[in-house]
Formats: sequence, C-alpha cells, structure tokens
Amino acid sequence: MCATCGCGHTHEVITLEQKVLAKNDELAASNRAFLEGQEITAINLMSSPGSGKTTLLERTIRELTRTMAVIEGDQETALDADRIRSTGCPVVQINTGAGCHLDAAMLREAIDRLQPARRALLFVENVGNLVCPALFDLGERGRVVVVSVTEGTDKPLKYPYMFAAADLVVVNKVDLLPYVDFDLAACRAYVASVNPKAEVLALSATRGDNLDSWYDWLAAV
Amino acid sequence: MHELAIAQDIVDAVCARADGRRVRRVTVRIGKLTAVVPDAMRFCFDLAVEGTVADGARLEIEERAGEARCHECGAEVELADPILLCPCGSANLAVTAGRELQIVSMEVG
Repeated sequence: MCATCGCGHTHEVITLEQKVLAKNDELAASNRAFLEGQEITAINLMSSPGSGKTTLLERTIRELTRTMAVIEGDQETALDADRIRSTGCPVVQINTGAGCHLDAAMLREAIDRLQPARRALLFVENVGNLVCPALFDLGERGRVVVVSVTEGTDKPLKYPYMFAAADLVVVNKVDLLPYVDFDLAACRAYVASVNPKAEVLALSATRGDNLDSWYDWLAAV
Repeated sequence: MHELAIAQDIVDAVCARADGRRVRRVTVRIGKLTAVVPDAMRFCFDLAVEGTVADGARLEIEERAGEARCHECGAEVELADPILLCPCGSANLAVTAGRELQIVSMEVG
C-alpha cells in the first residue's frame, strides 16, 4: 500500500533536484545577456521605504552627463516615475500590486517598454522592502542597498539577507547625523559581518556630501 | 511574503513535470541561510496548489543547517543566522551549506 496517501496503488517518485526559482534565474540570465549585448549597465537599488532612493536618483540624473534611464517599482502609484520624468530622464513604472518585489520577468517587460539607449546607465528602483527583493535576480550588473541614518545602526543585522546580497551599501542622509543616534563605524562593522565584500559609502543625496564617491562607483561598476 | 512567489514557482515546476498526473507529495530542501520561512512556505504552498494537479499534495521540507569554514583558524562552524562569525573571532568565513533552495523530488500517480 502507498505510504503517502494510504491508497491501494503505487505512486511513482520523480527526482527533480532542481533549483527553486530556476525559471526566474533563467530569465535573469537572458536579461543579463541582452543588457550586456546593448552595453547597458543595470543597477538594482533596494532599500526600505523612505531611505531616499528616488532623491538619490533625481540628483544623480541632474549631475551626471551619461545617458540614463529608470525603471521604478512600487506596489501602487506612479508618483516616483513622475518625479523622475520631471528630470527629463526616460522612465517606466511597474506596479506590483500586492507583490513585494520585482522579478526578472517584470524587468524584461519594463525594458521592452522603456527601450533604453545603447550604453545607458539603467537604474532599477526595486519595491521598498528589505526582505523579498534579495532573493530575485533581475539580471542586473550591480546591487545597491540604500539605508538612511534615521533607520538605525543595526539595520544590517536585522535584515542580513538583503545586506548579504549587496555589492554596495549606501548610507544616506548623513546631513542628519547631528540629530539622530546613528553610529556610522558600527554600521560599517555590521555590514562587514554579513558581507565582507560589500563597499560602504556614506553620503547625503540632499546636501551632496560624498556624491563623487557614488559617481566613481557607478563609473567603475 | 516572497514565500508565495517561491511556492508558485515550485508548483509550476512540479505540475509541468507531472504532465497531467496527480501530484501526491513534493519534497523541497531549504537552507537556514535563505530568507525562506518553512511555516510560511507551507501556508503558501497550500494556496498555490489549489485548482492544479498538485491540489492536496503534501509538502515535505528538508531543512539544511548553515555551515561555514573559517579562513583564519580552519574550523568548520555551524551558523544559526547569516552573520559570519567564528568562535575564534574571525569574520572571514566561507559559507559551505545552508543556502540551498531546491525541489528534491515528488510523488505522482
């Protein structure tokens, strides 16, 4: 008798040994090949809501002379896309509805709509969430996690999976350091404890502190 | 709730392989260093199978502990979370297990 359901017949066991999210990874690989073919540098920006991703993008678009394009991910509204559009930069908005992250299929659809120029720097602003986006490869060249000093020093320890996935950690809003209890050295140490390879840049997208380092990183990635 | 997207992916994969046959059991391997919570996974799996050939299938989860090798002292360390720290004080560790997220097998018929 069958051990699984107690019925009278035998069931066949099929060995799969395949990666979960294999489909997403395949699509991400195809996105990566497409983007490389077009010499487009795609940067996946991830953070909790309100860390200043859109402000950092607005300033970057104003200050860099490179061709840029933006894909905005949010659960609802086109508010962030409107902010980017007002800078004159090509942008498309993806609304995920109840979804908490972007995946490789959504990115491909957005790329097809946006048609970014050859050699463009393509920013993908992921849904504000420090958990789920870490698991979904989009086909990007670099992964940036933005955290702001108002969020607390221990964010890297509370959300280790996200910080472990980052190539670069941007600590934003350093202009507010005199008013908040945030320990930059400790935050750097926490990032290193979950991801020894990640670079950390402390900057202010509103006041402009240390933005040259951010631009240098973008030029080198 | 990325577990729902992951459950959906698992159900799509097993239903494709089942080729119309009824899926009775699905076994997945989840490493403790992935951000996937087994209880949330079970809840989402039961939602994702509804109306498919895997409706009613049992989900078995093989959990894998996190393990790493310390580059400083050479010790094999068990990791309870993704924070890389050896008892010797070193944070220079290479993760060797715990990041698995795989569909192992299924039972059909």
